[in-house]
Formats: sequence, structure tokens, C-alpha cells
Amino acid sequence: MIKISGIYKSFGNTPVLKNISAEFQPGKTNLIIGKSGAGKTVLLKLLVGLIQPKEGQIFYNKVDFLQLKKKDLRTLRMKVGMLFQGSALFDSLTVEENIRFPLDMFTDLTKKEKSDRVNTCLNRVSLDGINAKFPSELSGGMQKRVGIARAIVLNPSYLFCDEPNSGLDPKTSLVIDELIKDITIENNMTTIINTHDMNSVMEIGDNVILLHEGEICWQGNKDEIMASDNEILHDFIFASPFLQRLRNAAISNGFQK
Amino acid sequence: MYYREVIRQMHDIGVGSLIIVFIISLFIGAVTAIQFAYQLDGTLVPDYYIGYVVRDMTIIELAPTITCLVLAGKVGSNMASEIGGMRQKEHIDAMEIMGVNTAAYLIMPKVLAAVIIIPILVAIAAFVSIGGGFIASVPTGLLSGQEFVMGLRSFFMPYNVFMMFVKSLVFAFLLTSISCYQGYNVKGGSIELGKASTNAVVISDIMILLADYLIAVVLI
Repeated sequence: MIKISGIYKSFGNTPVLKNISAEFQPGKTNLIIGKSGAGKTVLLKLLVGLIQPKEGQIFYNKVDFLQLKKKDLRTLRMKVGMLFQGSALFDSLTVEENIRFPLDMFTDLTKKEKSDRVNTCLNRVSLDGINAKFPSELSGGMQKRVGIARAIVLNPSYLFCDEPNSGLDPKTSLVIDELIKDITIENNMTTIINTHDMNSVMEIGDNVILLHEGEICWQGNKDEIMASDNEILHDFIFASPFLQRLRNAAISNGFQK
Repeated sequence: MYYREVIRQMHDIGVGSLIIVFIISLFIGAVTAIQFAYQLDGTLVPDYYIGYVVRDMTIIELAPTITCLVLAGKVGSNMASEIGGMRQKEHIDAMEIMGVNTAAYLIMPKVLAAVIIIPILVAIAAFVSIGGGFIASVPTGLLSGQEFVMGLRSFFMPYNVFMMFVKSLVFAFLLTSISCYQGYNVKGGSIELGKASTNAVVISDIMILLADYLIAVVLI
């Protein structure tokens, strides 16, 4: 479980996050949504420690993340997997070497054990047999799945995904969403996804946090979205005329708020 | 893991720079010999001094300084671009989140490899430069091969070789650490990456020349 309280972050005199408090439960897909510039990526970077907040606290299972010494922080980070927006696969390494990288760095497994683990992860993301390929030889969706395989290779307790669907077609996005959801449940991970993909929100949003101008303006799950009266939420979720028509049709066909 | 990276970097820096170091050293030795011969023309200084001057100029100054200035351009800009590119593509962030000490993993092997391999490159440069002096002066009739060798063997001070290795060690550390720092701390896009790469070379070159002066003051 990850808990944050009173997070405040500014760049210069511009506040980006104001008094953010939330809890992210294990086994659930926690989504942070919001318009571009709402502070989603900053919040995610704060959660993984890439930047520091000016005020507030972050707890990983009651461990005060911001007070950890460097050595303890590195130990904790071995339990963290992250999927980056651009996948962040190492270009000069093959798929196998990319996924094996954390194993090489932090485990004493034999070559065969590492290879088996890599194959298990590749199988989990349905990409068997591409071990020898380089990232440049893969499609965007495949790169994302390799990124997920690398993120889960050490069996992390926490998974962070920054815009996992950006640049992907709707079908591939669904595959990625389902994969993340399944992995989260299988491993009882605390998964936090930063997205502005509405399909993801409606499909896998166990806990959805809407950021607006640096503040949480709505929190709930995917089933509560349609019933919510929050104007900002509806402006954001049903932003396109097509989605607005769908929503109006759903309401006129008897959907109850 | 770090050991393998050090070996890889030693190969990249050492083998990768061998040809450029060879070519530059050859011409530096040749030009030193010809210009000194020109200055000796009509004087009472014996011709074998050409060999002596080529040797000492090479060992004390030209081999370590010119080699490292060239390496700052070739290796330094490469390091800054490589690490800066990794920063921009979020590779460094990915490693940080995995728990990797990125400074130790990305920078330390490069610095370590450089301080091991660059002195060897400088020693090779010194030999090649003296060979260049020989090629430029003996076959062209400026002096005989015997005189050149006599010059090489005259007034030899092993301390100069020590000074050459001190310089090459210091220069190697400077050029790699400055270049890696520039790349590691790059912010922004491709323009900033280009600037970081340029800064790596310019700052390394200035620091190498400054260090050259300070080492000369301290060690001579």
C-alpha cells in the first residue's frame, strides 16, 4: 500500500501539486488522470523518488519513503517496477538483455535461471521468442510489453506506469490494460497508472484520481464516473462530441445517475 | 557487472582511438623534427639534437597533451552524448528506479577505464611520434639514422617519462569526469544535448591546458 499526504510541489513560484493526499491499495489498478499539465507525471515522479516534494509525506507500507537513507532507498526500489511512456528500453541491448538487466544487477542467479525468468516474463506478456531482437525492431505495443516484462522481472510489489497507452491503437491499448490489470491481481501489486486514455479509465479504473490544476478534484472507481455530478470529471471523460452523444444516449435510454 | 563495463569501455576508448592517435602522433613527431631542423640550419648545434628534441618534446609535452586534447574531442564528446542521450530517453531514470546507482554504473567505469587505457595510448603516441620524427628527418637526409638514434639516447631523464604518465593520468581523469558530468546533467532536448557535448570538449580542453601548466610548475 502506498499512502501520500499533504504533497506540495512547485517549480519556481508556480505550484504544480497542492495538498495531495491519497491511498493506493494493493491488488487494485489505481489511475491518476487529468489534462496535460495537471501534474500527473510530477506526482508519479514524486512517488518513485525521481523528484522531491516541498511538503508532504509518502509512505510505502508505513515506511517513510522521503526519510529513507540512500542504501535503504535502493533496497526499496528493487521492489518497484516502472513502465515509462517511451518504454525506456536500452537501445543497444537485446530484448533478453533488457529484461535480464535487473537480474544481472541485483541477483546471484545462474545464467540458466536468469534465462528461464526472462522467458517466463516474455511468456507472460505474450512475446515468446523475441529474445534476440533489439528494441528498434519492435512495434510500439511490443516495446511497451517488453517494458512491462522488465518491470516485473524482479517480482515487484509496486508497479508504476506512465502513460502506458500513449501512441498505441485502441485494441493494443486494451491488451496492455488487461495485461497490467491481470499482473496486478496475480501478484497483488500496488499499481499506479498515469493516463489520459478514457478507455483505460472505464476498463480498469479500480481507483481513479482526477487531478485538476494541481489538486484532486474527484476520486472514485470506474462505476461511479457515470453517476458523478462532477462537471470537471465529465468535461474531461466525455471531452469529445462523440462521447458526449454516447453519454446522452445512455442517459436517455434509462441510465440512472 | 561493473568489471565487464570497465573492460568494454577500455576497448572502446583504447582500440577505438588507436588510429586517430597514431596518425596525429606520427605527424606531430614529423613536424617537430622538420621545424627543429629548420631552426638548426646554419647554427653550431649538432644535428643529432633533432632526435633529442623530438624525444623530449614528445615525452614531456606533445604526447600527453595533444593526445588528451584529441581524446577530449573524440572520447569526451562521445561520452557526453551517450550519457546525455540516456538521460533524455529516460534510461537513467529507469535505472534509478530499479535501484541502480547510476553515477557509479555509468560514470565510474568510464573514468576508471580512461585512467587505465589513456596512459597506454599516450605511451604508444610517444613511440609513434618519435617514429614520425625519424621518418621525416632520416629518409629526407636531414641527418643520418645513427645521429637520430644518438640524439634519442642523449641526456635521457627517466623522470620525464614519469611526468608524462602523471600528465596522462590527470588529463584522462579530467576529460572523462567533465564529459560525463556534462552528459549526466543535461536537461532539455537535442539542442541542449549538442551544447553539453560541445561544453564537454571545450571545458575539458581548457582544464587539460590549465592542469598541464600546474603540473609543469609542480613537477619541474
